[in-house]
Amino acid sequence: MPFIPHTEQDVKEMLETIGIRKLDSLFDEIPESLRHASLEGVPPGISEMELGRLMRERAQKDGNMLCFIGAGAYEHHIPAAVWEVATRGEFYTAYTPYQAEASQGSLQLIYEYQTMMASLMSLEVSNASLYDGASALAEAILMAIRLDSKKHKTSVLMPRSLHPHYRDTAKAIIRQKHDKIIDVPYLKDTGKVDFAALQKLMNDDVAALVIPQPNFFGVLEDVDQLTDWAREQGIFSIAVVNPMAMSLLKPPGQWGKEGVDIACGEGQPLGIPLASGGPYYGFLCTRKSHVRQMPGRIVGRTVDMDGKPGYVLTLQAREQHIRRAKATSNICTNQGLMVTASTIYMSLMGPQGLRHVAALCHQRAREMKMELTSIPGVEAVFTAPFFHEIVVKINKPADQMLRELARRHIQGGYALKEIYPELGDCLLICATETKTTEDIKLLAHHLRDVLEGRKLACPA
Amino acid sequence: MSNIPQKLQYTKTHEWIRQDDELLTIGITDHAQTMLGDLVYVELPEIESSFDGGQECAVVESVKAAADIYCPVPGEVVEVNDAVIENPQLINQDPYGKGWLIRVRPHDQKGSGLLNADEYSKVVASEAH
Amino acid sequence: MSGLIFEKSRTGRFAKAQWPTQKLDACDDIPASLLRTDRPNLPETSELQVVRHYTNLSKKNFSIDTHFYPLGSCTMKYNPRGVNRLAFLDGFIQHHPLSLEENSQGFMACAYELQEILKSVTGMKGAALSPMAGAQGEFAGVAMIHAYHLARNDLERDEILVPDAAHGTNPASAVQCGYKVREIPTGPDGNVDIEALKAAVGPKTAGIMLTNPSTLGVFEEKIQEIAKIIHQAGGLLYYDGANFNAILGKVRPGDMGFDVVHLNLHKTFATPHGGGGPGSGPVVANERLLPYLPIPRVAKEGDTYRWLTEKDCPQTIGRLSAFMGNAGIILRAYLYARLLGKEGLQRVSEYATLNANYLLARLKAAGFTAAYPERRASHEFIITMKNEARTLHITALDVAKRLLDYGFHAPTMYFPLLVPECLLIEPTETETKEVLDAFADALIQIIEEAKKDPGLLKNAPHTLPVRRLDDVKAARELDLVYKAAE
Repeated sequence: MPFIPHTEQDVKEMLETIGIRKLDSLFDEIPESLRHASLEGVPPGISEMELGRLMRERAQKDGNMLCFIGAGAYEHHIPAAVWEVATRGEFYTAYTPYQAEASQGSLQLIYEYQTMMASLMSLEVSNASLYDGASALAEAILMAIRLDSKKHKTSVLMPRSLHPHYRDTAKAIIRQKHDKIIDVPYLKDTGKVDFAALQKLMNDDVAALVIPQPNFFGVLEDVDQLTDWAREQGIFSIAVVNPMAMSLLKPPGQWGKEGVDIACGEGQPLGIPLASGGPYYGFLCTRKSHVRQMPGRIVGRTVDMDGKPGYVLTLQAREQHIRRAKATSNICTNQGLMVTASTIYMSLMGPQGLRHVAALCHQRAREMKMELTSIPGVEAVFTAPFFHEIVVKINKPADQMLRELARRHIQGGYALKEIYPELGDCLLICATETKTTEDIKLLAHHLRDVLEGRKLACPA
Repeated sequence: MSNIPQKLQYTKTHEWIRQDDELLTIGITDHAQTMLGDLVYVELPEIESSFDGGQECAVVESVKAAADIYCPVPGEVVEVNDAVIENPQLINQDPYGKGWLIRVRPHDQKGSGLLNADEYSKVVASEAH
Repeated sequence: MSGLIFEKSRTGRFAKAQWPTQKLDACDDIPASLLRTDRPNLPETSELQVVRHYTNLSKKNFSIDTHFYPLGSCTMKYNPRGVNRLAFLDGFIQHHPLSLEENSQGFMACAYELQEILKSVTGMKGAALSPMAGAQGEFAGVAMIHAYHLARNDLERDEILVPDAAHGTNPASAVQCGYKVREIPTGPDGNVDIEALKAAVGPKTAGIMLTNPSTLGVFEEKIQEIAKIIHQAGGLLYYDGANFNAILGKVRPGDMGFDVVHLNLHKTFATPHGGGGPGSGPVVANERLLPYLPIPRVAKEGDTYRWLTEKDCPQTIGRLSAFMGNAGIILRAYLYARLLGKEGLQRVSEYATLNANYLLARLKAAGFTAAYPERRASHEFIITMKNEARTLHITALDVAKRLLDYGFHAPTMYFPLLVPECLLIEPTETETKEVLDAFADALIQIIEEAKKDPGLLKNAPHTLPVRRLDDVKAARELDLVYKAAE
């Protein structure tokens, strides 16, 4: 049996020591009527070799495309060293560092991660990760509401230009506690938050304002104005940002006069592959004064009994295994391995490397915008400054366009009509540093082809 | 053997109460601080906040536990001990003295459901394994 | 020098091979007020420095690959290497989650088949793979129970029952769903107190959260009666699958009467623990709760797979992640299940239980106190050090720390809170008899040490990169972020 090492002799000796005659007796406390689990529908086991063949076949089906989709998950070059080191057995198969002395590798790494992420956000503290960007936002909202608990507020202002899946996830999680989201519209021309509308939506039940940067459309928001406004209203500001972008753009701790209260988002751009959707990780940073309401694990530096520096999980009394019903969150397992990879990635890239990559992404996106908008039938939708991604309107059904492009081995972007019907046939298209000028020209060429009704020269 | 001063009153949830003129001074007992271990953090209520009898009014935290403090009688907080916020160890070192937590003006003068030292000793004894 | 990566940093050093070679234009289309002017505190190091630093850090960890790791309730079984390699195939690893369905059929086939396997092993009718950890699975399950009662206009039910032995995530998840938690005591035999349960159940009961076998390491013998009591009162049963390794292939939660179940793929299905995650906590449900399962889920129509969304499932509790959950973990669990197959999965619980009972028998014979000596161990069991605490003045913590010196990761100690000075020991099925014997011998020797030289325990560990750490100082003087000395 795979991975079970027992020989017949082993089993014999062990049964003898226990004092029973057959394995089945181990289950004699379980009512007889329950002990007949049939595993219908589970195929027989196969070898690693056979499994390899099957998986390579399936992987082939999903691979080999030139990808221009962003929309919350971004393709970046990941240095080989990142995953070679992160998948070392000592990182890959370690568990939660509850026995600190036996986990100094993971604990020190997380401390380094906390330092890097807090600094990237220009805030004072970071946790050791949450599941992903969307659930991190939900936790940030619950945290803001807790911080304000005396006033029992239940609403949060959320721009419609925030990632729709983030919005849906936050809604699914916070509405269990009867908390609500108030949608804030965006301006049709710039793509930015409609500030006048925002001011009208403010009321006494609002605990926080969510500020994306860039927003889902790739558009850059007036973060200083929004942050200062939130502070004036006496509500918390929650930034949702792309951490790669923060090496180039002003980070949330520096927005407005005093910075935001909480920053969160998706850590995937920092060394995590697209991987069909996960695992990624959520990051959350805040001010030191809010640290006791911050969910998730936190690593702190201390000393051992010889005075030597060491690292431990700290402030655990906030967490579920101690505080139980009164915990800041129910989170236990987080995304440890992803944080490991991300920390190695950030160390390899360094502050200038990360900035270089971010700047090159922006350059490619600019190039792409110029190429695509020069095609008849393609126009840029928003006029505001952008980072990384743009929304283009095309004079053909977007779904059909994507399918045509896919036949030509190109993933042309993400269709927005279903979520934003007011935008019509639009595509959200992203270019990262992994795309070359030739790649962009290829996209433009095929886009033009499809719009002009030309069939593929050779079927795919 | 935990220290249970005779002249104080107690609750089942390990608070002690001392009458100081018309106010009540409240803290946690020696037994409680021993069970919790080294205290690292204290959260005290705001002055002028009111609580029902048995309602949570404060939190003390050690590395291995966090315990709610229950206001023993209905009343209003008139004073809190800032010293323990700065220095939670005071509660471990001197739970009945420097480690006091809050002072409350009770809404009515009849303290009900409070235990005397002997009754509290029995509570502590029954918790020992 | 404590050897942080920041301390190895030198201005001007960088890993040139990782920088794109293209020259950069200015970002003059972005307003200056939106650009960053300072530099984040990321290290400036060479590639070799980074590789050496993190490789050396890894060597300071205990891990399954290097040590026996009998952490109760965590199921630290072998994480197959082949599984990782196949999950890293280009077609999966470079695949964008928002690709068209027709370009995602490979991954979706794996996800669909895992859904079917999980339904089969639990005896349930529907599966959703998106919850990203056990705790999120719990949240989903309780939210589904809530949605069920709401749909029937049964609005009085605001309580969830939880045994006092339950893992902390249970009450925390219930509260996150807006419920009040009502604790049910456990009897001396390790079973839930049925009389107390009957007294607590009523029109306010939305449901009960149970683990079976429980966190005490024993099977809840009266589970069918409990199910009846709860269902008769109009409540539903939630199964916490943390201990599923004990009954996988032998008993199905669906047959026990549970309405919704979460499984921990990072426990039962051998996906890597990664130093604290990622996990995956899929939920499976019976007919009653099917409509409320979270989305997205995979459906099969003929030979094609497609994603089910809110449009297909209008009563869903909604979306729990930006994409479809921890896809790579789902893939790894699927690969593990395919390697084991039907017979392999059935053997898991047999050998996990064999190993636990053997180790228990050896320790009992050596004079250790089992918390429930009259009961069979499930895949794990509890030894209590309360006698040794009294006679030798040592604690379970001291024993745990000394075990580290013997090259064994300590068992779980932080719960269940019910048993004082407890060690919750789960060997798993992938360990040999020799390892179990070595562990038992180590514990025996540690007790001998306690009699002769208790300092060895009290000051343990002695042989690790650090000695016992001051966690009181860590909490009192918060140092959560490195700051270079001014």
